[in-house]
Amino acid sequence: MKSSQTSKKEELKATLKEIGKKVYSDLDQKKFPEVAFPSRSVRNIVYDNKLKQYILGQNTVTRSAGNIKHIRPFTQLFWLAYFANKLVSESKTSTLRDVFYSSQAFDVDFVDQPESDEIITDLEAVISRPREDFNIYPEERSAIFGDVTIEYTVPGYEGKTLNLSSHPDGYLIGPSLSTAEFRDTSAEMIIAIEKGGLFTRFVEEKVHSRYKSIIIDTAGQAPRSTRYMLRRLNRELKLPVYILTDGDVYGEHIAMVIISGSVGAAHLRELTVSDAKWIGVWGSDIIKYKLPTIPMTEIDIKRIYELKKDPRYKGGIWQKELDVFLKLKRKSELEAFSKFGLTTITDKYLPEKLQEAKSL
Amino acid sequence: MVSAQVTFSEISPSEFFYRNRDLAGFGNPARALYMASRELVENSLDACETAGIVPEIYAKITPLNPNAESADPRAYVLRVQDNAPGIEPKQAPNAFGRVFYGSKFKLRQARGMFGMGGTMAILYGQITTNKPVKITTSVDGKKFYSFTMLIEIQENKPSILSEETMEGEGNTGTSVEITLQGDHLRSSQKIADYFRQTALVSPYANITYVDPLGRLSFYSRATESMPPPPQETKPHPHGIDVEAMRRLVRDSDEKTIQKLLIENFHRVGERTALKFLEFAKFNPQANPKSLTNEEIVKIVDAMHKFGDQEVKQIQDERRVEKFLAPDASCLSPLGEEILRAGIQKELQPEFLATEIRPPSAYSGFPFIVEVGLAYGGKFLQEGRRLFRFANRIPLLYDEANDVAWKVLNEGIDWKNYKIPENAPIAIITHVCSTKVPYKTVGKEYLADRPELERELKNATREVLRQLKTYLSRKGSMEMVKRKLNIYGKYLPLIARFAQELSQANRPPRYRGLIGEQAQAEGAEEKVEATAEGQAVEQKQEEEKQSKLEEFANV
Repeated sequence: MKSSQTSKKEELKATLKEIGKKVYSDLDQKKFPEVAFPSRSVRNIVYDNKLKQYILGQNTVTRSAGNIKHIRPFTQLFWLAYFANKLVSESKTSTLRDVFYSSQAFDVDFVDQPESDEIITDLEAVISRPREDFNIYPEERSAIFGDVTIEYTVPGYEGKTLNLSSHPDGYLIGPSLSTAEFRDTSAEMIIAIEKGGLFTRFVEEKVHSRYKSIIIDTAGQAPRSTRYMLRRLNRELKLPVYILTDGDVYGEHIAMVIISGSVGAAHLRELTVSDAKWIGVWGSDIIKYKLPTIPMTEIDIKRIYELKKDPRYKGGIWQKELDVFLKLKRKSELEAFSKFGLTTITDKYLPEKLQEAKSL
Repeated sequence: MVSAQVTFSEISPSEFFYRNRDLAGFGNPARALYMASRELVENSLDACETAGIVPEIYAKITPLNPNAESADPRAYVLRVQDNAPGIEPKQAPNAFGRVFYGSKFKLRQARGMFGMGGTMAILYGQITTNKPVKITTSVDGKKFYSFTMLIEIQENKPSILSEETMEGEGNTGTSVEITLQGDHLRSSQKIADYFRQTALVSPYANITYVDPLGRLSFYSRATESMPPPPQETKPHPHGIDVEAMRRLVRDSDEKTIQKLLIENFHRVGERTALKFLEFAKFNPQANPKSLTNEEIVKIVDAMHKFGDQEVKQIQDERRVEKFLAPDASCLSPLGEEILRAGIQKELQPEFLATEIRPPSAYSGFPFIVEVGLAYGGKFLQEGRRLFRFANRIPLLYDEANDVAWKVLNEGIDWKNYKIPENAPIAIITHVCSTKVPYKTVGKEYLADRPELERELKNATREVLRQLKTYLSRKGSMEMVKRKLNIYGKYLPLIARFAQELSQANRPPRYRGLIGEQAQAEGAEEKVEATAEGQAVEQKQEEEKQSKLEEFANV
């Protein structure tokens, strides 16, 4: 099992070297180097029914150093390949913001961070790997808690193991956890929950032992490292994933992105958990459990209409729940269960929904 | 006719002007100081040009009492001196002291008509300060005839107060010194503009101007070549008026109307005269002296109508009889060389274009339009400026009423020329004609005659087209430069990263790639800029746009 992370790293370095060699030989032959990768323009993003996620279509973008309009982004992209190679070789990690500042030592002229973020996404598309593979992580971090033993692969911690139920606040899903190998677990499922407050409640109420689960706080829309972690847990440990969100259109979409991926990551695979289940809070739960609600805004309603047209929302409970939300024109939060007592959500709602999930 | 003579005898031309001095531009002390300077300078320039002498003009305005702490308006001494051939002592007093002296029946392109303006200036000085004018003139550069005089307003004749003749070595020429009530404070800008613009339109002249504060402006000659002196021409029948015709009939010795027409009119030969008189229903052999006032009015009316639209309808198309349009040999346009020299000298633009239109005519008066365009350079500020000239006179007032202004602001679609909104541009328009179509007696702006408007529009469009071509060439050259810089900056970086990524032990050899590429792309842009079809440009623009969009979405 040790090889999975190490070989990934070697593969990546080989890919980057290949790109470097091509550009080098082009230059050496007095040719303008160019690089082609799938276009991420809206027109080229299509939904793949088999994969159940958005993917990029056939269109490619060719960025040539010979084109006056391309040479700057080309240089930036190529600088990033060079920088990523260094990060991976030296086992260092970086963040999006960090990359922006690191670039300034090389005079590659990023105007602002969104521009360098774009180039990072370009490199992802060029090598078809998420930026986490070349050690660039976002700032936002979510947390994990539960009985799973991991073994670090990061420098200085190689071979060290840790059980993720040792600390009740949970563990940040950062670079070292993302690259750790899973050693052992007694858990039988994963519960991903949208909010930090509920995550703490679940730990306090011992949801991890009562339901033999690993609890993950997605901290809102799950970051890619978290989605990647969910997928690995799901694939490597063969654990089902259940998702709990607020009872509104955004909650439903948080679940959907974990299951089917986002438009923005259409150039990437291996970030989805296609058999994960959204177990609540559904629109119909709001009625069933008589949850306190607040009215939706115009924007909420607009968003529902948008998602109703989204191919990811075809079939299953997705359209049905959107319709319920649309009819209610009111929304509810996970905390709303507290009206009936602080533990209602763990004692009553969660087991009922886990039961219901079996039939999904 | 008799009653008319009585009227004229009761009020002399001098008196008429004295009573109506604001009509001639002497309405207030500020305007008067400007007008007087202008009239004297223009007389001098006209005199030099008619004689084919490259002008040397010296003008100076000094306060009459330099030490007195008096505020404007106050008395000033205006002196203008030239190197023209001078005036014979016998004729000099009349030349300056009599309105309409030597009034000509023939037409000639000149700044002023009949030298009236100079006399007006003298008259104005006399009535505001009661000081005589002092004139010195020499026809040979050895004898200098100098005299002071006043104008007898009611009698329209000069009255000499003192005169002397000096001998010495010098140049031919004339110096006129008048004392007049003026307001320099409120006219200094206009006077300065006047000299500068005169220098622009007469770049073959050396002009020196010393203002009342002692500041000297010297506008040096930029070229020795002058436009050929304008020829006198007979009037065209379309342009004649009743009074002129009456005077012609009175003064002419011809025995028949036909002969009178042939001898005194432009474009009228034996046959045309006969055809016309047939059309006007006059007996060609009649004696002109026998014409009554009514008949003179009738004949002039017929001259204006002969050959025009209405008449055509009742005549057979093939046999349309008409007066040929006036020929323009009597005109003296600046020509491209002089116009360019003047603009170059005074505006030092980055780019300069000129267009000389072929002669045209309105109402029997020939005219030529010349337009220059100056872009950028040291002196021009952002925005559009218009410099208007008519018969080499700068027109400084009432710009917004001028036909050239109308053409520039309403007749031109600036978007067509891809010239930035606030580009530093000066448009120079020069209209020369035997009779400039001023809209008012103030002679500051031109009427929007359709013929004139058309010529101005065509000329302006041409110079704008030239500017458009220049700007797009310049743009593509800057593009090449910019590209060289960009490639020069980024390619070495790419080379460095490539070397490190591929772990090669030497940098890639890519030198030579940079220059070639920039040049190749530059050449491409040039083709684009001069592309004949709008469609081609449009297409390329669209392609570029879609590429950009795609890029934005990436």
